[in-house]
Amino acid sequence: MNRLRMIWEKIVTNRKLLPVLLVVGLLLSFAIPKFGLLNQYVVLIIIYVGINIILSTSLNLINGYMGEFSVGHAGFMAVGAYISAILTTKIIPESLAPWLFPLVVIAGGIGAALIGLLVAVPSFKTRGDYLAIVTLAFLMIVKSVIENIEAIGGPRGIPGITRLTTLPWTFIWVVIAVWVIRNFVYSNYGRGVLSIREDEIASDLMSVNSRQVKMLAFVISSFFAGVAGVLFAHVLQFISPRVFDIIKSTDILIMVYLGGIGSIAGSILGAVIFTVLLEVLRPLGMWRMVLMPLVLVLLMIYRPRGIMGLREFRWFIPGYDLFASKIWRKKKEVKDAAAS
Amino acid sequence: MLLQAKEVTHFFGGLCAVDNFNLDLEQHELIGIIGPNGAGKTTIFNLITGVYKATRGSIRIGGIELVGKTPNQITALGIARTFQNIRLFRDLTVLDNVRIANYSQVKYNPIEAMFHSGRYDEEEKRIANHAMDLLAVFKLQDYADEASKNLPYGLQRRLEIARALATHPKILLLDEPAAGMNPNEISQLMEFIGWIRKEFDLTVILIEHQMRLVMGICERITVLDFGATLAEGLPKEIQNNPKVMEAYLGEGGDL
Amino acid sequence: MTYLLQQVLNALQLGSIYALIALGYTMVYGILTMINFAHGDLFMVGAFFCFLAATFLHLPFVPTLLIAMIGVALLGVLIERFAYKPLRQAPRVSAIITALGVGIFLENFTLVFAPYPQHVPTLIKNTTWVVGGVSISSLQLIIIALSLVLMAFLDFIVRKTMVGMAMRAISWDKAIVPLMGIPLNLVISATFALGTSLGGAAGVMYALAFPVIDPYMGILIGWKAFIAAVVGGIGNIRGAMIGGFILGGVEILVAAFLPSTYRDFVAFTLLLVLLIFRPYGILGKPRPQKV
Repeated sequence: MNRLRMIWEKIVTNRKLLPVLLVVGLLLSFAIPKFGLLNQYVVLIIIYVGINIILSTSLNLINGYMGEFSVGHAGFMAVGAYISAILTTKIIPESLAPWLFPLVVIAGGIGAALIGLLVAVPSFKTRGDYLAIVTLAFLMIVKSVIENIEAIGGPRGIPGITRLTTLPWTFIWVVIAVWVIRNFVYSNYGRGVLSIREDEIASDLMSVNSRQVKMLAFVISSFFAGVAGVLFAHVLQFISPRVFDIIKSTDILIMVYLGGIGSIAGSILGAVIFTVLLEVLRPLGMWRMVLMPLVLVLLMIYRPRGIMGLREFRWFIPGYDLFASKIWRKKKEVKDAAAS
Repeated sequence: MLLQAKEVTHFFGGLCAVDNFNLDLEQHELIGIIGPNGAGKTTIFNLITGVYKATRGSIRIGGIELVGKTPNQITALGIARTFQNIRLFRDLTVLDNVRIANYSQVKYNPIEAMFHSGRYDEEEKRIANHAMDLLAVFKLQDYADEASKNLPYGLQRRLEIARALATHPKILLLDEPAAGMNPNEISQLMEFIGWIRKEFDLTVILIEHQMRLVMGICERITVLDFGATLAEGLPKEIQNNPKVMEAYLGEGGDL
Repeated sequence: MTYLLQQVLNALQLGSIYALIALGYTMVYGILTMINFAHGDLFMVGAFFCFLAATFLHLPFVPTLLIAMIGVALLGVLIERFAYKPLRQAPRVSAIITALGVGIFLENFTLVFAPYPQHVPTLIKNTTWVVGGVSISSLQLIIIALSLVLMAFLDFIVRKTMVGMAMRAISWDKAIVPLMGIPLNLVISATFALGTSLGGAAGVMYALAFPVIDPYMGILIGWKAFIAAVVGGIGNIRGAMIGGFILGGVEILVAAFLPSTYRDFVAFTLLLVLLIFRPYGILGKPRPQKV
């Protein structure tokens, strides 16, 4: 037992392992479909896990790090999904679509980010429950607008989307999303986000430009929700307004709070556990949908901040941030020694 | 003149919280604002720092009008404050508390932050070192990685001052820094305030109930009662002012 | 003119259902500053109690209504005791997530037993009178009248009785009031019982007016009623009533003059506009923040 623990300690403190793992992961993501190492079903589940990681990590930025309560994440997803589906089914010729897919993903993300900018504006003045309602209203409006535009299928949606979301693309986008969000969180702006959660008035009085910070948080969060929407649309191959309703938002919320607020490792854990558990429990039929919320309620009672709440796995903390005080102390020792 | 408040008046609904408040603050001064509970002392701090927008009047720092500016703009212009009830970022580390206050001094843009550019690395190192140096000045360096809520009360007060100084202020507003301290601690605090004032080249406004502290270190004192300015002057003059005695003795306070 | 009157009647019917549900949200919020997101699903459970009592026990209207109200009230109190009470000191958002979880549990639990939409039998013989071109059904009248009676009853309890006084006191200060000898937990239970029983009553009325029910019916209606509570100023009981009728009115108006698919769009856009100009709702007041 003690030995295992030591090995584990060795692994988590060895930061050089991370790039190695990333390269191995990327190679695997190409190799698995190429050589049929896993069956189609498992590959599909892995892709969904990836999409859910992007969703939970990006929502955690708003709900965990900033401490707001957004229920509109599925709305940003819908924006990305629809923009991309229109591009790939109606505008881009089919032969070019696989090559232009990265651009389609970015377009979906940018579309969602622009809408995110719009939602950020009410967050300047309203907070808490009222901001939650604004995001809810936003979600309902997105759904309603889509339902009323016949050109994009109205309530029937868009069928026949080519399956362009592959395992390597999912892997790459997960890494980009996690990396960018982590970088943002461990920056001046990210600390601004945290301070808004802790005490917005004090944060403003400590020179944090809360409007700028909120805008950035919403734009980044919705950009990646849009990206996830694009990936989702191109693996499901069919989208309609009903796919992106409040239940979808609730799923993402569960992943975030299950894994833990204010933690990237938590978001990843939450997404993996949620997605895999739903698949593993499939034999239970409808009872699994009864079990899942019960687990959530018990978790909230016994661990109100989720599994990882406000803690972070060492690998996700930039080295300089993790060791800032140690580095300073070392330097000081050297300086003091030189002085004496 | 560094800071000038002219005929500042503020209403909460129909209630006049601050009535016709005037202040001329010269550089390097240390002045005190005293008055019974609910006299509008903290409201004046809130008006200066932009938490509330004055109903009437003007507040200027070096000729720049502050009324209508947001708190973060005003802080960036060189006014920092502490709070009557400590308002640290409780779940964040001591180091983060100080680094956050450096917000307006960081010179990289959001894109650089998202992709961790070279300038990001440089700036982060600079900010972290600067914050640690500041903590060392306040003898808090050993607590850098501790969540600020875990510090004992006295250290939390000290950290709040350190955090305020991290914004590089010209003027420091201290809201009841001696609250909850015993006489011994108050003596230490008096020394401490005098010291940071020299060390950081500060102008200080102090709100306080502890007469010993106010009379001991303030060069000038303004007395408020029910939002109105009751008296102004040197500590000696205030001590012998019959109106002030009445306001305080009526409240059961002692001078 | 007759058309308009007809729509006013429809608006009153829908509005009174929204108002009854909104009251449950607002009462719980007022006392615990917590959004009970399971409330919409308790409304759904009320409709299903109505269905069970009417289909299997063949009970008439009044006992059915009472069973639904009492059943939902008990459920509400149980939920508070076992799911929300342990979280009173926890971060607020944990309580919200728990409420969402409870809501999903109720939906899916019901779904296991009722995978298909169910048809509620007719409990009130529906006669329709035509007065000056406006057709008035007895069902409509009963729904409107009954909701008004229930609302007046609630208003009386909150304003004139000891329990009501205790509720109002606790909504001001949860820390001090128990020191005055007021049993905090009992009052909170009473609040949940009252609020959720109104939701149960709304469920019955909805099931009678729109007799096809399914386990997910509470989601959208619940959120809309919540919006009604916000529009009126959450935490404010009279505000919730006003908000309910406003929302009902707006929805019926939109449906009358625009394609019905625009209904949600207009309702939610109106909500946003209102929140911009009156961020605390019609009767709500901002809580002053201390610095």
